[in-house]
Amino acid sequence: MSTVEVKPIKPWAASRADHIRNLSILLGAMIASYLFVAVTPMKGKLAYFFTFFLFYMIATATYKLFTRGQMAAKDALVSTVVSIGAVATLIPIISILATVVKNGVKGLHWSLFTTDMSLATPTDPIANGGLLHAITGTITLVALSLVISVPIGILTALYMTEIKGRLIGPIRFLVQAMSGVPSIVAGLFILSSVLYPITKAYSGFMGVLALSILMIPTIARTSEEVLNLIPNDLREAGVALGGTQWRTVAMIVLPAAKSGLVTAMILGVARIAGETAPLLLLTGGGDRVNPNPFDGPMGSLPYYIWKSFNAGSPEAITRAWAGLLVLVLLVLILFTAARMLGGKKK
Amino acid sequence: MSTEINPAVSVTPRVITTEPRRSDKVFRAVVTSGGLSSLLILGLIALFLGWRGFDVMRTQGLSFITSSDWSISTDDLGNVIESNFGLAAMLVGTILCALIAVVIAVPISVFSALFLNFYAPNWLKRILVSTIDMMAAFPSILFGIWGFLVLMPSVEYWAKLLHRYLGFIPIFDVKIPIYTRSPFVAGVVLAIMIIPIITSVSREVFSQAPLDRIQAAYALGATRWAMIKTVVIPHGRSGVIGGAMLGLGRAMGETVAVFTVLNIVFQINWQMLLGAGGNVASLIILKFGDASPYEINALMAAGLVLFALTLLVNGIANQIVKRTGKSGR
Repeated sequence: MSTVEVKPIKPWAASRADHIRNLSILLGAMIASYLFVAVTPMKGKLAYFFTFFLFYMIATATYKLFTRGQMAAKDALVSTVVSIGAVATLIPIISILATVVKNGVKGLHWSLFTTDMSLATPTDPIANGGLLHAITGTITLVALSLVISVPIGILTALYMTEIKGRLIGPIRFLVQAMSGVPSIVAGLFILSSVLYPITKAYSGFMGVLALSILMIPTIARTSEEVLNLIPNDLREAGVALGGTQWRTVAMIVLPAAKSGLVTAMILGVARIAGETAPLLLLTGGGDRVNPNPFDGPMGSLPYYIWKSFNAGSPEAITRAWAGLLVLVLLVLILFTAARMLGGKKK
Repeated sequence: MSTEINPAVSVTPRVITTEPRRSDKVFRAVVTSGGLSSLLILGLIALFLGWRGFDVMRTQGLSFITSSDWSISTDDLGNVIESNFGLAAMLVGTILCALIAVVIAVPISVFSALFLNFYAPNWLKRILVSTIDMMAAFPSILFGIWGFLVLMPSVEYWAKLLHRYLGFIPIFDVKIPIYTRSPFVAGVVLAIMIIPIITSVSREVFSQAPLDRIQAAYALGATRWAMIKTVVIPHGRSGVIGGAMLGLGRAMGETVAVFTVLNIVFQINWQMLLGAGGNVASLIILKFGDASPYEINALMAAGLVLFALTLLVNGIANQIVKRTGKSGR
């Protein structure tokens, strides 16, 4: 008796012949588009892109039309169109990241992180001055915004998940409406309600107030989602053991949701770290390191980038790109951290 | 022995009540007041902007919305001699740019959402989803500067192509051949900014399409496209519309990115390829630097108009998205 090895068969998987055929259609479309662009007066990346997809679409569709019929041809057509959509979404991302890295690296040097711009102007050679005031400013602004908006955001989320009162519908609606408030409007609001009538001077704290308005809805919505994931059994167990609702929420629900709440905070920070418009209106954008957010103008990365970009000279533009690179790295690090913390559940 | 009751202790039955304890009352009060903060903030925004802008809006009357002249002249002491504040050109520009953005972004986002949900293999889907979400967190100033320095030359070229081949359609017609810093450029930049938003809303909505129906369609021999057309699209249609409106609201309120790529002209212009546009948010940034107190009030009023506009669009969008969630089948 000989033993028979049973191998799983996958009739739906593409066979070797299929792969070769697909590849040859792809290559054929590439060559055809190259020749087409070479022969006709069209030129440029756009032309290659366009003709390649056109030829690929026609080739796959006609192939399917003859082998499988009309429905399959339509299906092939749509597959190509849908892939174009995905590619078109990705191209800007790649282009943005590539330009930021390419242009930003030129402006990077060590003193960027040890000096501020109090003795330099944006049009000076790049070796003069640095980002220190902007980095410390952004960190101060973000930290203070967290202090204000985390309690409010989490309380809002708790209202929607724990208390579930009569106002849950309106509040959810308002939080969503608040997340659509344009950043410039938040800036104008603080300008009209606090800066003009009360303090009458630019300071970091004014920026913090405006940023908090933008940050609260992000934190509230993410926290709500996280708190909704906490199983009700935990809450019931807490109450059944004789805990009051306050003890249950504070000692069981919130600790259980801790990593998710941290994710919410990080997403909130990523939302506001690059916010520019309200800072232009409110912080005054100082050029030296200012550790006191309640007094005197305060620099920040977006303000620095804005100022350098508007100064216009090649050095200034390089400065702007270097600032952008630092800012983008900051956002990327925060975002990756949020993903890693929040990724476990999904 | 042990069951003997001490007569000194009077026995009253324990009161059982659903009344929350004091700590819970405090807790509930604190959380409720925290929850009401969004109402408070939104109300205060409307109140303060309205209060500051009231003067200007009363003097200007309806022409604040309908005229498109924005000028102020003061004497040496800073007293206002004559002022004209009209937002018409800015409002038209805001809506035009946002509409261009949505028209470009919606097909691309819907296609990429379909690709992510039904075409991409799992590993690719995971990478793409986090990449696109990450793009949504990019600072707007980055889009602005990238759009100005990198994207604008290409978009100008596309604008010339559109004008040459489709110029017979009125919206692509340009009387004066200036293509730089046009609403079209701003629209493309905004489109790139809102693609991640619309994509993630559409992806969410598409992934809620009932699995049994998807499988039923496949079992009946449907191709992937036939399945999408008969199951996914009818299910997700209104969700996509809601996502598009969320994008519209975002595009209307965007400030810095638009300001860097748009040439602001105080004249109503519907020719999207011509380098003259308007934008309420950019107007505020443009005029804020050297504005007199009275003009600042006018800017506050402009901010109020923008606030009301985005609130309206977002409100409608959220209602539409919410309704899809319920109408599962």
